[in-house]
Amino acid sequence: MPRGGWYSVGVVLLFALLPFVYGNHALLFNMMMYLVLAQGINVLFGFTGYLPFGYVGFFGAGAYGASLAILLVHLPPVPALFVGAAVSVLVALLLAPLLRLSGAYFAIASLAASEVVYYIVSNPHLVSLTQGPYGISLAQVYNSGASYATMVVVLAMALAAVVYLRNSHMGLALQAIREEPISAGFAGINVVRERTRAWLLSAALAGLAGGAYAWHVSVFYPKSVFDLNISVFAIVFTLFGGVATLVGPIVGTLLLYGLYNWIGISQPEYFQLVFGIVIVLLVLFLPNGLVSLLRRAKIHVP
Amino acid sequence: MSPSAPLLSVERLSKRFGAFQALDGLTLELAPGEVLGLVGPNGSGKTTAINVISGVYSADAGSILLDGRSIGGLPIHRRAHLGINRTFQVPKPFRGLTVGENLEVAAVYSRADRAEIGKCLEFLELAPLVGREAASLNSAQQKRLDLARALIARPRLLLVDELGAGLNPVELQRMAQTLTTIARSGVALLVVEHLLGFLRELTTRVVVMDAGREIFEGSLEVAARDRQVIDVFLGG
Ligand SMILES: Nc1ncnc2c1ncn2[C@@H]1O[C@H](COP(=O)(O)OP(=O)(O)OP(=O)(O)O)[C@@H](O)[C@H]1O
Ligand SMILES: [Mg+2]
Repeated sequence: MPRGGWYSVGVVLLFALLPFVYGNHALLFNMMMYLVLAQGINVLFGFTGYLPFGYVGFFGAGAYGASLAILLVHLPPVPALFVGAAVSVLVALLLAPLLRLSGAYFAIASLAASEVVYYIVSNPHLVSLTQGPYGISLAQVYNSGASYATMVVVLAMALAAVVYLRNSHMGLALQAIREEPISAGFAGINVVRERTRAWLLSAALAGLAGGAYAWHVSVFYPKSVFDLNISVFAIVFTLFGGVATLVGPIVGTLLLYGLYNWIGISQPEYFQLVFGIVIVLLVLFLPNGLVSLLRRAKIHVP
Repeated sequence: MSPSAPLLSVERLSKRFGAFQALDGLTLELAPGEVLGLVGPNGSGKTTAINVISGVYSADAGSILLDGRSIGGLPIHRRAHLGINRTFQVPKPFRGLTVGENLEVAAVYSRADRAEIGKCLEFLELAPLVGREAASLNSAQQKRLDLARALIARPRLLLVDELGAGLNPVELQRMAQTLTTIARSGVALLVVEHLLGFLRELTTRVVVMDAGREIFEGSLEVAARDRQVIDVFLGG
C-alpha cells in the first residue's frame, strides 16, 4: 500500500458506513464535498503554490455541466458527472494562462474568472440553456442514496489523486516547482506543463464534486453553486490542516467543518466571530497547519 | 584556440534591463572538457551572461549555439535536456525537500538510478546529509547540492556562478578538485569567479568583462599584466 493509502481507505469506509448509524446525512454529504474540495485546493496550492480564490468556479461549472447533460442530453446522472468534470477542465484550460501570474495576482484573477463564469451561467439571456437566475431542478433523477454513494466514490478518487501525488515523480516534481521553479527547470522538468496538469486535475476534482452536489440537492440556484464562501471554506480547511500532505486537509475539514456546523446550529450569532478568530490564529501561530505540529514532534505525516 | 570544435558558441549577445545595458555584444566559445574563467568587476554582467545562456532570460540580440544549433528560443528545461546546466550565485535548492529528494527530482528526466545518485552524493560529500532538509544545510553545503542537482541532469555544458565565494581554504581546494574532475570527464565549464587564486587551479584561459563587454581574452597571467584589465579592477 502506498504511503497514505490506508488512511484514505479508512476515510472512505467511514463515510460509506456512517449513514447506517448516523442520521444527519446532509452533514455527512457536505463534509465529503468539502473533503474533495480541500484535496482539490491541496493539489493546486499544496503542490504548486497557486492559491485559487475562484476555485468555486470549477465546482459551479461541474454542477451546471452535469445538470445540463441530464436536462438537455438526457444522460443518466453518473455519466453526466463526467460531463460536468469535463466542463470544469475545459474552463480550467481556458484559464490556464492565469498560471503566468504570481501570488496575489493569480488569487485575484482566479476570483474574477469564477465571477465571470457565474455571470455567464446566471445571465437571463441564456434562460433557454441554463435557466439563468431561476436555477436548476433535477427532480426527475433525484436519488439521495445513489448520489450519496457517488460522492463517496468521488471522495475516493480525490484521495487517490493525492496519494498518487504524495508517492509519484509527478508529485515530487510539483513540489520542486513550488519550491524553486527555475531550479526545477534545470532538473529537466517542464514547469508550465506540470503546473497545468495540476491545475486541470484540481479543476476536475471540483467539477466531480459539483456534479455530485447538483444531483444530491437536485434543486439549486447559480448563487448557491458559485458561492465564494465555498472557496473560502475549502481554502481555510486545507490551510488549517496543512497543505502538501494527504492527512492535513482531511483533519482540517473534519475538525473545522464539524466545529462550524456545531456553532452554526447551537450559537449561530457567534459563527462569523469564531470563523474569523480561527483564521487569525491560523495565520499567526500555525501558518503551516496542524500537521506542522506533528512534524515538529518528528512524526511522519503521509 | 579551442582544442576541438566548439560545444558552445555565443555571438554578440546583448541584454538590457530597462535603460541599463547589462550585456553588450558578448562573444565567447567553449569546447568539450574545456574550462573558461569569466571574470570582471561587480555588475559587469557575468551572472547575466549565465542567465541568458541558460535560458533564465532571453537575449535581446545575438546568438547562442550549442553544437552549432541555435538554442536561443528554447525554455529552460529544453536547454537542460540538451545538456546545459548551472549553479546559482545564491544557491537555489528545493529547500523543503531532503537532499536525497533534491537529486531524485533531477533524476526523473535524466533517468539516473539510485546507484548514480549515491555516487553523486559521495562525490560532493553530501552522502551523510541525504535525509536532511535542504533548508537546514549551510551555504557551502547548499552550493554543493546545487552542483549535485546540475550533475545528475548529465550536463555537457556547466555554468557555475561564484562557487568559491564564502568557502574556506580547505573547501576551496576540494571544490577546485571537484570541478577539475568534472571537466576531465568531458564537460565544458564556464566558471564565473572573483577568486583568481581558485580560478588558477582550474584553468589558464579567461574572458574579462566590463560593462557587459569582453575587454580581454587570453591567459590569466597575461590578464594580470593587462593595463585595461588592471584599470577596470582597480577602478571597480
Ligand atoms: N533582473 C534584473 N533586472 C534589472 N537589472 C538587473 C537584473 N539582473 C541584473 N541586473 C543588473 O545588471 C547588471 C549586471 O548584473 P550581473 O548580476 O550580471 O553582474 P555580475 O557581473 O554577476 O556581478 P557580481 O560580481 O556582483 O555578481 C547589474 O547592474 C545588475 O543590477
Ligand atoms: Mg554575479
